[in-house]
Amino acid sequence: MSQLGDFFDNVWVDAFWRLLVVLVLMVVVVLVLTYVERKVIGRIQMRLGPMRTGPYGILQPIADMIKVLLKEDLRPATADRVAFELAPFLAFVPAFLVLVAIPFTEGWGVRVLSLGLLYFIAVSGLPVLGYIVAGWGSDNKYALLGAMRSAAQLISYEVPFVLAVLALSMLAGSLNLVDIVERQGRVPFIVWQPLGFFIFLTCVISDLTRRPFDTAAAESELVGGPWIEFSGIRWSILYALTEYTSMFALTLLGSLIFLGGWDWPLGRDLGWWWQLILIFTKTASLILFIMWATATFPRVRVDQLMAFCWKLLLPLALVQIFLNGLILVYGWPDWTLLLTSGLALAVAGYVIYATLRVRGPVRTIALRSGA
Amino acid sequence: MVVEEERDLETIDIHVNVGPQHPATHGVFRMVLTVSGEKVVDVVPHIGYMHRGAEKLSENMDYRQALIYQDRTEYLAQFNAEMCYVMAVEKLAGIEVPERAEYIRVILAELNRITSHYMFVGAFATDLGVYGTIFTYAFREREYIQELFESVSGDRMMYGYFRPGGVVWDVSADFKERVRWLCKQTRVGINDIERLLTRNEIFVARCRDIGAIAAEDAIDYGLSGPMLRASGVPVDLRREEPYSIYDRFDFDIPVGERGDVYDRYLVRMEEMRQSVRIVEQALEQMPEGPVLPEKLPRRLRPPLGEVYMRTENPRGEYGIYLVSKGGEKPYRLKIRSSCFCNLMALKEMVVGHYVADAVIILGSVDIVLGEVDR
Repeated sequence: MSQLGDFFDNVWVDAFWRLLVVLVLMVVVVLVLTYVERKVIGRIQMRLGPMRTGPYGILQPIADMIKVLLKEDLRPATADRVAFELAPFLAFVPAFLVLVAIPFTEGWGVRVLSLGLLYFIAVSGLPVLGYIVAGWGSDNKYALLGAMRSAAQLISYEVPFVLAVLALSMLAGSLNLVDIVERQGRVPFIVWQPLGFFIFLTCVISDLTRRPFDTAAAESELVGGPWIEFSGIRWSILYALTEYTSMFALTLLGSLIFLGGWDWPLGRDLGWWWQLILIFTKTASLILFIMWATATFPRVRVDQLMAFCWKLLLPLALVQIFLNGLILVYGWPDWTLLLTSGLALAVAGYVIYATLRVRGPVRTIALRSGA
Repeated sequence: MVVEEERDLETIDIHVNVGPQHPATHGVFRMVLTVSGEKVVDVVPHIGYMHRGAEKLSENMDYRQALIYQDRTEYLAQFNAEMCYVMAVEKLAGIEVPERAEYIRVILAELNRITSHYMFVGAFATDLGVYGTIFTYAFREREYIQELFESVSGDRMMYGYFRPGGVVWDVSADFKERVRWLCKQTRVGINDIERLLTRNEIFVARCRDIGAIAAEDAIDYGLSGPMLRASGVPVDLRREEPYSIYDRFDFDIPVGERGDVYDRYLVRMEEMRQSVRIVEQALEQMPEGPVLPEKLPRRLRPPLGEVYMRTENPRGEYGIYLVSKGGEKPYRLKIRSSCFCNLMALKEMVVGHYVADAVIILGSVDIVLGEVDR
């Protein structure tokens, strides 16, 4: 028995089984998310979604997986072979790597890094490499346009993303994800940082290249962007696996740093299973919000996408940092955080509304005729 | 003195082929965009992928048989196209149409205008990047009307229900009741879509001042229908030269101000409401009676002559030019396609905008390739 204990105390073995758990979790989550997304969007669109495979179509992800695995692995004759075959992994591996730094409950994660947030930000920006390589390697103009768009978009949105998270870590006084959750206690940071949360969520949707920020994939223009030439398992890795893993990781981060992670306002110490339920509920609510936006909004144009980032989100993020700094330096009470941040968000919302408001309906001229 | 020439990085414009298999082209249209980065500097449209020779085929059919090609050219507004054709034949042969048949035709044609615009708004929203939500909403509403068409004509797409002289058979007893319900439902459906789309900030930002075309240019290019009215020209053939019984109804003509994509959308949405008004009035006035003239010859042999009939179709002015040299078959049948003429302004509208705009501008023209290529 003690030998087995020693075995698990070995740092490599320990890391291995923790990684294995996270890997299995990720695969399960991706399968579930593909199903949930089709169902949720189906309901929003008055459809049923998949219904044929198993009761309520719950076996649909399995069927999809089999289909994708059995498909012919096509590669265009003119494609750059190395780039084309490497791209899915360049995109997927970083998307998975971020899960390494995430604490799932108070005491369980693969590794608790003291600069976990920094690690997360650094690695979560890497999949863009995969998209560029995929777009360039496909030797396809749509793919190239999509790759250029995704490069511009993902790198731009990284800036307000980092700043919003930075503003938050000013409050927490730490970059350690466990510390940040501990620091929130009963009141999650979303209460003190509504503006920061707004910027964060917008950047998450953009990072996932989802509507309204899916200009990179842009089905109606670029027919799938960087993914256009991929099929079968490569497409699955590049698109489905990367996207849903990123979605899971980013919303998990959001629920940790903004929604209080495994804490809730009604007391503590409810056991690891309750912590798991809490954190997955929070993550699921964020995911459902993203899916809702996916199903509802039209897509913005490339220039509008960049303008929104540089002209609105970036200044707002700086304002948030400034406000936080002011309040922290002078030691003003917590409610001023909510007041200033909320006020800034309201002003930003009004500016968007006022610049784009449509005044009045279309002019109609009434021409009456004698019957 | 030798001045060293300063050389920037060399950039070249690339040609992006959009279509004929592309989700944005609504059929088998193809345009070759020359793009500089994301900006479109030139566009070359290619048509003809769906040319089936409907005009020539019509010359080998007698006047009643040739009707079916109208369904197949304008496959989203079949009743409107059929109406134009049968009225051309009636004008040529001098046939009087019973009142009841006129009312049935107008009701079906206006409902068909609504289904066509539903199709437009669904496809247009998809071009804009809405993940099919508007599309499914629009298609549910369209389906209600489609079911009525099916029960009236016996077919879901190729109705073939109108005849020179009237309509094939009378509508069923519950027709009025069903159409009344449809009018009510359509108002709800339009509101649903408008609430989701019309004042959506992203939608407005995407559509405002995109592909704008001035009133004079619109006239010069020969645009018609919602495209022309969105540019601020209040021309509607139902009003300008009232055919059939359109002079008996009271309806407004929506007119845009800027002639951009957004105005075209608004004009179409308002037109649907006006169509509902026309249908309601027609239902009130619809008399009982026969739907075909008493003494309609089995084989039409119009006298020598030629005729041009034009109607206001959902996509614009749809014209039929018929030449008779006696006999059972038309000597020549020419279709004046509304989308074909509207498509001519594509270059004017697209050049200078972004690639993403080119797609929605093409969507706002609302082309039906069957009609463009005939």
